Amino acid sequence: MDVISEFFSEYDGLGAFRQTIYLTLVSALLALVIGTVVAVMRVSPIRVLQLIGTAYVNIVRNTPLTLVIVFCNLGLFLQLGISLADQNSPTSIDDNNFRLAVLGLSVYHAAFVAEAIRSGVNTVPLGQAEAARAIGLPFLKTLRYVVLPQAFRGAIAPLGNVLIALTKNSTVASVIGVTEASAVMKVMMENRPDVIFVVFGIFAVGFVILTLPVGILFTSLSKRLAVKR
Amino acid sequence: MSSSVLFDAPGPRARRRYAVIGVASIVGLLLVLWFVIDKLNEKGQLTAAKWEPFLTGEIWTEYLIPGLVGTLTAAAIAMVLALTLGGLLGVGRLSSAAWIRWPCSIVVEFFRAVPVLLMMLFTYALFAFYETFPPDRLALAAVITGLTLYNGSVVAELVRSGVHSLPKGQNEAALAVGLTTGKTMRLVLLPQAVTAMLPAIVGQLVVVLKDTALGYIITYEELLRKAEQIGNYKSNLLPALIVVGAIFVLVNWMLGSLAVRVEQRTRRRGRSAGGPIAPDQVDQGTAANAAAAAVPTTPGHV
Repeated sequence: MDVISEFFSEYDGLGAFRQTIYLTLVSALLALVIGTVVAVMRVSPIRVLQLIGTAYVNIVRNTPLTLVIVFCNLGLFLQLGISLADQNSPTSIDDNNFRLAVLGLSVYHAAFVAEAIRSGVNTVPLGQAEAARAIGLPFLKTLRYVVLPQAFRGAIAPLGNVLIALTKNSTVASVIGVTEASAVMKVMMENRPDVIFVVFGIFAVGFVILTLPVGILFTSLSKRLAVKR
Repeated sequence: MSSSVLFDAPGPRARRRYAVIGVASIVGLLLVLWFVIDKLNEKGQLTAAKWEPFLTGEIWTEYLIPGLVGTLTAAAIAMVLALTLGGLLGVGRLSSAAWIRWPCSIVVEFFRAVPVLLMMLFTYALFAFYETFPPDRLALAAVITGLTLYNGSVVAELVRSGVHSLPKGQNEAALAVGLTTGKTMRLVLLPQAVTAMLPAIVGQLVVVLKDTALGYIITYEELLRKAEQIGNYKSNLLPALIVVGAIFVLVNWMLGSLAVRVEQRTRRRGRSAGGPIAPDQVDQGTAANAAAAAVPTTPGHV
């Protein structure tokens, strides 16, 4: 089984998975921020903001992720010259690719985060919002102190699903040259076509190890943190 | 919960404030748009030469329509195969025999945890090495295999949650009148589960259609690949990507609306003892209730 030792020594497979995790976490954080803003816009009393939020979700959700990522690289960077990294730094190209991938991944998954939070808002009983209004809280304070804290706790399971999907979808970043797990797997398969089953097995197990605990953690969290009613 | 309980009906002052914020956000939106258009113009992306090709027949007959056919072919074949595989795996997971249930569970969980792209890259390398398919069908075969394995597992989970959404009495009544477990599944549970699943299956079509774009990475000739070819041919890559994006959004949006309509129809006709399973991918508008959110959703369904 020299392929397995090659995975660790020659191809830096662990480094590739570290890159996958890093890409996932940064994108997840950004997607959570954008997604929350979009969700608040969609439930706000202002019609224009509602429409912008709905349009964002509907357009992004119906666009393939590959297109979004390719657009970030070919469109934003090569055609429009928008660079997200310091041109003079020695790792400028890698940094730029990574940041463009983060941009694409977070913009795409923000739409799903927004939907998850909205489904969380739906789990908050009417009485909570009505009571908040009755004691005179305005819209933003109603959201901040009463509805959103409960909504996030109700949205943990769907947010976990988005995080799992994001972990898997981060492989698409390989298309613009981020050396994460799938990019390394492709190189290994090209060099060792005789043992592709083993190579695929290693990387597939890697992803199972990444996603399975997340699923278990979020399921248990969603039960533990569920608002007792 | 409709969003309107979050705020009171606005009085005169609140209405004025909302109007001010509304106008401010329109102005902000226009400023962003103006900035984007200015930037595009500055980089010479708005010239007629870049956009005119899309008004000619050649771009449509040689690139966009073949690309759309490629995308739809892969999606259609993959969905049919995924339904078959998913049906088998789903029923297998519900089987009372542990030696059927366990392998099915492992297969479903495995293929749901592994990225579709990884499976496409693997099957592409596999088919290329063993020369299973002629070279011109290689990429299509890999795209279909990857999509089938992943979406088959998703459909299997849909079947399971569809059967679980039925009241227990259905199963008990069928057994009480003397049907075997197999016949109970085939004659009583599955027909109702399929009715309940239908909206979610139509919604899954959107996922399949979007994921065919992964084929771009393994050189399958679908819409995104065609956009790149148009960009190289007419040196208008950015407009080509925008047009192809619009086509994707339009087709997926139509599929999504269809899923909503199917769900409403299922709810209205009440052919199934369980409620319809809401499609994850589909905007349910403000009509969505808490029950829809409580339906077990499939992880990684994005």
